[in-house]
Amino acid sequence: MQDDKTGGVPIRTVKSFLSKIPSVVTGTDVVQWLMKNLSIEDPVEAIHLGSLIAAQGYIFPISDHVLTMKDDGTFYRFQAPYFWPSNCWEPENTDYAIYLCKRTMQNKARLELADYEAENLARLQRAFARKWEFIFMQAEAQVKIDRKKDKTERKILDSQERAFWDVHRPVPGCVNTTEMDIRKCRRLKNPQKVKKSVYGVTEESQSQSPVHIPSQPIRKTTKDDIRKQITFLNAQIDRHCLKMSKVAESLIAYTEQYVEYDPFITPAEPSNPWISDDITLWDIEMSKEPSQQRVKRWGFSFDEILKDQVGRDQFLRFLESEFSSENLRFWLAVQDLKKQPLQDVANRVEEIWQEFLAPGAPSAINLDSHSYEITSQNVKDGGRYTFEDAQEHIYKLMKSDSYARFLRSSAYQDLLLAKKKGKSLAGKRLTGLMQSS
Amino acid sequence: MSELDQLRQEAEQLKNQIRDARKACAEATLSLRLHTTLTQGHLAKIYAMHWGTDSRLLVSASQDGKLIIWDSYTTNKVHSIPLYSFWVMTCEYAPSGNYLACDGLDNICSTYSLKTGEGNVHVSHELAGHTGYLSCFQFLDDNQIVTSSADTTCACGALKRASRQPPFTGHTGDVMSLSLAPNTRLFVSGACDASAKLWDVPKGMCRQTFTGHESDINGICFFPKNNAFATGSDDATCRLFDLRADQELMTYSHDNIICRITSVSFSKSGCLLLTGCLGVTDDGMVVATGSWDSFLKIWN
Repeated sequence: MQDDKTGGVPIRTVKSFLSKIPSVVTGTDVVQWLMKNLSIEDPVEAIHLGSLIAAQGYIFPISDHVLTMKDDGTFYRFQAPYFWPSNCWEPENTDYAIYLCKRTMQNKARLELADYEAENLARLQRAFARKWEFIFMQAEAQVKIDRKKDKTERKILDSQERAFWDVHRPVPGCVNTTEMDIRKCRRLKNPQKVKKSVYGVTEESQSQSPVHIPSQPIRKTTKDDIRKQITFLNAQIDRHCLKMSKVAESLIAYTEQYVEYDPFITPAEPSNPWISDDITLWDIEMSKEPSQQRVKRWGFSFDEILKDQVGRDQFLRFLESEFSSENLRFWLAVQDLKKQPLQDVANRVEEIWQEFLAPGAPSAINLDSHSYEITSQNVKDGGRYTFEDAQEHIYKLMKSDSYARFLRSSAYQDLLLAKKKGKSLAGKRLTGLMQSS
Repeated sequence: MSELDQLRQEAEQLKNQIRDARKACAEATLSLRLHTTLTQGHLAKIYAMHWGTDSRLLVSASQDGKLIIWDSYTTNKVHSIPLYSFWVMTCEYAPSGNYLACDGLDNICSTYSLKTGEGNVHVSHELAGHTGYLSCFQFLDDNQIVTSSADTTCACGALKRASRQPPFTGHTGDVMSLSLAPNTRLFVSGACDASAKLWDVPKGMCRQTFTGHESDINGICFFPKNNAFATGSDDATCRLFDLRADQELMTYSHDNIICRITSVSFSKSGCLLLTGCLGVTDDGMVVATGSWDSFLKIWN
């Protein structure tokens, strides 16, 4: 791309005020070149690609710390191969300190430190207080070397060096492209990363990075581990697996059933508040009157009606009319128990036992003897999951029996057909009673 | 073992069938429109975000050491909480909206109580016990939280007594993320050993293990129903696993995507799987994405 003769981007020296700006290209040139050679039709795409290349540090604007590409006459320069990110640099803070120190020594307006750089320098001075003499000497040595170079060459090298540091120590607010996900840091031992100093400084003591976490010692697999593995694998073979086709069918059926409830696919009724800025939908959801769509959902599965507060209320009312509300109340009480803080758990277990299961309980639920045995054993330990078994049992009972009847009940059917509230509550209960008899 | 092989062969055939069937009903492409950008909040990379169950409030955590709670509809900031440590990895909202939890490299899960009388937010509990940083957690309810950590274990801790059940061990690599099943009795975790495990909370043990990924699993999300979950990984693919079939159903990858996938989220019906650093609201209306350029964007 750099080679002028073989169809690369034209690099030239531009005459400005009093001096010449050597070896620059304009943003437009780069964008044009990208579009021509990479067959990009959209200039926005080419600008984006150019920005990405700039952000990585291969091209940089000569008069700005922020590494982006613009499609105009702004001047850019190509980075020297020495500084290319592909060399896998991981420059240390000592190098950065040397660099900043060097800049302060050279009395040139264009090399003045920016605010954030001055702050960084102050921080580094505090951090490296003991080594500062060493750093200072290194900086002086670098300045001496630089002075020997040709003026134009120095200009170019200075800007390239600055661009290098713009990549590795970016302006606050810019994305640092060299940064890795911190969570993977401690494990990554990339053999290609070069630990050498940018300025050839040999260091005995490397500075510790702030994320230095000692790596965990690797445990050797013991016989015990392998035995556990074998038990696990045996369980896996014995496990009853469903066929993939059935599973896939059920997943697809689920998504099809719920597609109309997915606002990404089916527009919400009356309108999606995010799009129309009208929050009627949320108001409706908050109110006690369920919409037809919501009521329909209660019929999809027992879980759906249990999830929805309004649905639960309706179901509870129905059960009360059938004089079997203790089942649902038990289920709700156990759900609530699981959320209690530990200190209250023991009390609640006792309360639930007394209310629903103890001999002569006011709201006795119907458990088979096996579950009853297990539960009464569990109650002695009194933990959060004491009533798991019983809850399962009652859940299944409600699902196969009461829930099925609820869906056929006129109370539910009325809601489904969105009939107005003509019938009185007593009327509904009566119908319910009549149906169950 | 041969039975397992037979099953796997059968699975292969079925996978092909499914793939064909899916191709046959390939739908139109979905384009998401950018709704709002939540700016003027964070000054540094956003590392994590989470929606509240009311689908309007969301919390975001960034490396400038702040947790910010936004009302996403009005784009106002509701709370801004400074943290003790800059290195925040993840943040979560409790289902009741009363608590926030976050963690950093200090290995402690701090919870903040939001509904205090005075109006300011303070640390209410701290849950220590892990020997590695906490990569992800989810509230079971106001009192319990399930955490996953880089010390390769997951744990279920009770907040008010600051105690923990014995941890869920079994992974051989850092556990990067976890997802609770809709019935909150189970959860799945994805780890750097390229496997996902299904755990039973009451029993405290691992029920199933799912392999198939070739590299670290970064993000994991349960399907809206209890039976399946999706994972996103460093190998640039997403996979859908099913609990009943005990294996991988499908792999989602795209030639254009060669970078790692950091997190995944399902849309409400399970039709769509979105990836990125993002979250879909409970009511499924919008998705919020947070990014390293310190902006949060809401899309629908």
